[in-house]
Parts: sequence; C-alpha cells; structure tokens
Amino acid sequence: MAAKEFKRPDGRKLDEMRPISAKVGVIPSADGSAMWKQGDTIAIAAVHGPKKMHPQHQQDPSTGQLRCNYNLMSFSVSDRARPGKNRRSQEIDKIIEWALEPVLLIKDFPNMVIDVTIQIIQADAGTRCAGINAAALALAHAGIPMKGMVSSVALGKLDKTLVVDLNKAEEDFEEGEGATDIPISMISDGKITHIQLDGKITPTQLKEVMKMAKKACKEIYEIQKKALKESLEVKKNG
Amino acid sequence: MATENKRKVVIPGEVIAKGDDFLPGEGTEKTDQGIIALRFGLAEEINKLIKVIPLSGVYKPRRGNIVIGKVENITFNGWVIDINAPENAFLSLTEVPRYVNKNGLDEFMDIGDMVVAKIWSINKRGIDLSLKSRGLGKIDEGLIVKINPHKVPRIIGREGSMINLIKNKTRCNITVGQNGFIWIKGETIDDELFSKKAILFIAERSYLSGLTEEVEKWFEQNKEKTK
Repeated sequence: MAAKEFKRPDGRKLDEMRPISAKVGVIPSADGSAMWKQGDTIAIAAVHGPKKMHPQHQQDPSTGQLRCNYNLMSFSVSDRARPGKNRRSQEIDKIIEWALEPVLLIKDFPNMVIDVTIQIIQADAGTRCAGINAAALALAHAGIPMKGMVSSVALGKLDKTLVVDLNKAEEDFEEGEGATDIPISMISDGKITHIQLDGKITPTQLKEVMKMAKKACKEIYEIQKKALKESLEVKKNG
Repeated sequence: MATENKRKVVIPGEVIAKGDDFLPGEGTEKTDQGIIALRFGLAEEINKLIKVIPLSGVYKPRRGNIVIGKVENITFNGWVIDINAPENAFLSLTEVPRYVNKNGLDEFMDIGDMVVAKIWSINKRGIDLSLKSRGLGKIDEGLIVKINPHKVPRIIGREGSMINLIKNKTRCNITVGQNGFIWIKGETIDDELFSKKAILFIAERSYLSGLTEEVEKWFEQNKEKTK
C-alpha cells in the first residue's frame, strides 16, 4: 500500500486535525452559546430554553424535547447557497438531535423544549461535526443537565489512506478510490452517539477508523473542557 | 478531587471524586468511574456530600420563592404574570389582601406593571402567586435589574451578608426576586444606579470565593466617584 508516502493536500499528518479554537458565551441574549472554529469551518450555536413547547399540540408530558436548527448561511460557501431550509439541512437537524439527545437528561423538563440553533458562518467541510461540538458547548453553558460532553469529528479515507478531519479539498479528492467521509460523535466516556458513512470501507479499516476517532474525540473533549473553564477565568482577570 | 471548602469549575461528565468516600448530591451522579458532574458549574464538598452549583440556565420555580414579575394579561379574576420562567404565573384576585373592584382590575395593576409576589403553589395547571405576605405588592417606583437567576444566592450572600452590605453602603431598599429580577429603591437616582453597578459587579464575579471582601474593597474604591 502507498499509505506511507501519502501526502495530504495541506501537508498535515494523517492523524492531525486542523487548528481548533472555541469560545463560550458569544451570544448574550441566549441562555447558552458557543463558537467552534476548526480550520476554515466556523459554527455558532445558541441554546434557548428549556421553555414551554410551542405549538402546544407537540407538547409531551412524559419528557422534554430537543429541537435543533442547522443553517448553512448563504455566504458560508464559495458558491452562494440558497438561504433557508432544504433537504440537507433538515437531515442534519435530525442527525444533530440524535447525536446530542443521549447525553441530555431531558426527562426533567416535561412539556418543554430546548431550542438549539446552529449557524454555519464559514464552511470548509465537517460542518455537522463543528455544529455538534458547538451545540454541546452551548448546552453545557446553558446549564442543562448532561451525562457528558459530545465530541464530534469526521474521519476520511482518501484512496486507501485513513485521515482525520477532512477539509473541503480533501472531501473532493478523486484519485484512486476517491474520498470516503465518516463523521463520528462520541460521549466523553467513549460511547458512540452518531456515525455516518458516505462511501465504501472494509471492516478492518473501519476498526482502525474507530481507534483514530477515539483519539481525535479525546483531543476535542479537552478543547471543549478548556473553553468552558476559560469562560469563567476571563472575567477573573478583567 | 474536591478539596474541602474549595470550589472547582466542572463540566458535564467530568469525574469530581473517585471511590466510595463521597456521596453524590444535587447536580451529580454516581457511576462506575466515580461521582460525575451533570451540569456546568462549581463543584463543592460539604461533609462528604458533593454537589454542583450551576452558574447558568433558566429559572426553575419553587414553592415559596419570592419573585418579581410583569403583568402580561388581565383576566376576569386575576392577572397573568411573566416571572421569567418557562411558564406564566397567575395571581388570583382572592390572593390580594385588599379590596379591588372586580370590574376594574386594571386600576390596581395594569398590563406592564411590575409586582413582587410569592409562589404559593405549583401544580399541573400552572404556577399560582400570592400577595398575602409582608413586603409583597405592586412596584410603583425604583429601578429593576435583571441578572441570571443562578447568581441570586451570591447577591444575597450567606445569611444575607452581601445584600445587607449593599443596602448599608448605598442606603437603598433592595428586594431580590429568586427569578433574577432585583428591585432597587433609593432616595436618589444616583443611589439606585450605584446599587445597580454593585449588583452587576457581583453577578459578573459570582464564582469567586471570598466575594464579600472583594465587594467591600470595590465599595472603598468607588465611593468617591459617585459622591
């Protein structure tokens, strides 16, 4: 295999993520908010609630509900994206809900809803992962009870080589077998809440992918932890 | 590990303490890995009991809380009041300890008026308020400040030490609603604005330990400017 001499377009190591920065509390009017920047991808998440579910017929007296809203802003990509909801964003709404729901102790809020709004203000692949990371931070910042943090990363296979955190150039890779995109979300204790696969992969390579994802999610978790703790320390000095 | 009387910032899922020496309190859960935090906040250990004090989030109404709210709507037998909770609260006419003309409820309190009330009961139908206690009633004058409801305990301080400090230093009458609204009434507007500044100062530093001394220092520094 040509795995050894494979070079990524931007010169990163195979298991190297793009530079990440995160900030908590970017939207003062929301109950919780966070910004997640991963390379050229920037996501902003705002949490409103828990508040009374509206429309009323959607209220569930047995549990609270999570409602996500993912929006890829029209200027976030090089070709202007048509603003508003579309098939892709609706799918990602659901995926983000499913990725986050397992950690939320949402049963304590009957008849209520937690609204999570995710805006992608700059897109360079991995927007759903950036969105999940930002949303998890924002939910924690909003003081919602959670069993753990959710960290998300996209793995990829370029031809036959496994790499971490694809960017747009790598996602469009066309040599050999082309690119395979595998977004994965994990709770801090290593349980998987979400996994998708777009392309083909062998079972042995998938096992390798899980190992790499675990390591990458651990790094992301540490960054999330730091961002939350720093949100308090800034005020201490200022 | 949580050391004694030392508060530590924790995030959801973080292990606060390992082993069987500690008991999980509010905002924590016992798992195989130890006691983990369920919320973002400050972990505190008192007598082997670990709890997490949340720093953010929406107000969760409890029975007996004194709250400050705004009249949203008037019905035939009372007022609907927004108390900054997921649900609106209702103040029944029968819970007002004075005579109110049944055909002119708006003469006592109109839409947009602020009121200090007590949560009298919480049931499936909603939250019921009462004015039948000392210090409750409509707010006629003064200043209202809004802070995060989870910072209210710090504004009040241990056995009211913080709030009494502000009251003494600014000569204002301050009523703190558990829902994060604070009503300040002083002799002059300058006094009221000064208290507001003090309250916002505390709210911004609510996670610090030894805050009362810090605030005393702050009052020393800012005294002259406002005079």
